[in-house]
Amino acid sequence: MSFFSNITVGQYYPGNSLVHRLDPRAKLLAMPLIMAGVLLAQGPVGYLAAGLPILFGYAMAKVPLTALWRGMRFLWIFLIISLVLQAVTYPGETLWEWGIITVSREGLSLGLRLIYRLVLLVLAAMLLTMTTTPVNLTGAMEKLLQPLKRLGVPVHELAMMMTIALRFVPTLLEEAEVVMKAQQARGGSLTTGSLEKRLGATIALLVPLLAGSLRRAEELAIAMEARCYRGDNGRTRLKQFQYRYLDFLVLLILFAFTILVGVERWI
Amino acid sequence: MSKIIEIENLQLTYAPNTSLQRQALQNINLTVESGEFRAIIGPQGSGKSTLLQVMAGLEVGLGKVIVDGLDLRQKKNRRMLWQRVGVIFQQPERQLFEDSLYNDVAYGPKNIGLSSEEIERRVKTALKKVKLGEEYYPLSPFKLSGGQQRRAAIAGILAMEPKILLLDEPTAGLDPKGRQEIMNLFSELCRKQGITMIMVSHDMEEVAHRADKVTVLQKGTVFLEGGPQEIFAQGNQLTEIGLAVPFASELANALRERGKNVSNVTTLADAEREVGKMLRRRNGH
Repeated sequence: MSFFSNITVGQYYPGNSLVHRLDPRAKLLAMPLIMAGVLLAQGPVGYLAAGLPILFGYAMAKVPLTALWRGMRFLWIFLIISLVLQAVTYPGETLWEWGIITVSREGLSLGLRLIYRLVLLVLAAMLLTMTTTPVNLTGAMEKLLQPLKRLGVPVHELAMMMTIALRFVPTLLEEAEVVMKAQQARGGSLTTGSLEKRLGATIALLVPLLAGSLRRAEELAIAMEARCYRGDNGRTRLKQFQYRYLDFLVLLILFAFTILVGVERWI
Repeated sequence: MSKIIEIENLQLTYAPNTSLQRQALQNINLTVESGEFRAIIGPQGSGKSTLLQVMAGLEVGLGKVIVDGLDLRQKKNRRMLWQRVGVIFQQPERQLFEDSLYNDVAYGPKNIGLSSEEIERRVKTALKKVKLGEEYYPLSPFKLSGGQQRRAAIAGILAMEPKILLLDEPTAGLDPKGRQEIMNLFSELCRKQGITMIMVSHDMEEVAHRADKVTVLQKGTVFLEGGPQEIFAQGNQLTEIGLAVPFASELANALRERGKNVSNVTTLADAEREVGKMLRRRNGH
């Protein structure tokens, strides 16, 4: 449990806030609006404005900051690397020099803006997954993609695959932990020894995991068929989604806001 | 006999300082003698498996844990442990991965860096102990039956020739014959080769039959400790926390509750003797 408990990026955080109670379809539609705002923004006012809906969303959802921080932790390495790359490769007015490495003012500002945008995009996606249960999320996706069914896209099957995949993430992590410990007790440690030894240890972890997944998939398929699963043929949902005025209001406000952020540079 | 495992004031918390925080073990004090067969029993979630993993150096808590002279508070000691301690996890067949049975059993010995002759000797001895003949050596472990896979996985641990074996429900899901064969093997390893056994089990008959001493865990603490006869005489206390006692002990406890003079027993043979004594006393009057 210790090794993999770190991998909980954007895990659902139970709550009963306004954000939690929004229709999942509305939340799913709100995401591209917020993200468009982040990508369209130019200039300091636009940048700050683009972050506002996300900040507001988190404030209302009452998600603890520690959970957020843990989710973002692995991202920092990636962010810092992209900042450094931007800063040293982009040509412009030299700000700082060390040997052949020069940091340009333009590169640094570009890198900082890039980081800001990336963080906002990740935060927006995390706000969605932290306030929506996986079942609702895939359910909403299925509902929204329904029109594509006429074109022969297996919408229900895709959504079911996603639900199952999400459902088995913790199970697989747990299994990986057990197998890793078992092999470690046979001297196959992933974290010590030569590269060759570690590679061997990785195989000793991956083969049982794969075999276990195949076995589980087969068992699940049998269990589903034993309960007469036939795709979405005549299938009903336990919880029907219901748009409320609030959902439309939120979408409308976000839409207007995004347009404002988009045209801000011409105002 | 000397102490091979010493645990003092062990505490272990999973995911501390988060919403998922869970106290798995608290204030555990435990010593195991070298060559002992110790059983650990307790209801689900009482911390049995966690305790076993602490002894294997796979989980680290607060408090003193000394296994075979190694202080497990130090990381380098935990790394040395796997050459002396074998762990058989629940459903150990999940750890099989090589292309042949032979290679899978050889995985551990290879990791220690033994010579190829020594590896061969160990693999053959281990597979002989679990009664898998040479005709199985080249087969893929995934082609074996469930019971054979279990035995193959156990052979993989035995090939490490550990001084201590930690067993986490080693017989769960096996048929009666397979269960008995494997338990006989563990008893033999303990009695003849002096390997210390620590076994977590829900099979009270086996615990009563095999163990020298029983530790009962409840909610992460030691609830009771003693010889099997002593422990299983406390039928009511065990039932209260969701455990059962072997049939013979239940019989003896019930007779004692009815005022009969019967000593603590755990096996059917002992129960027969005690009941016979009781009947003779009655007939004598």
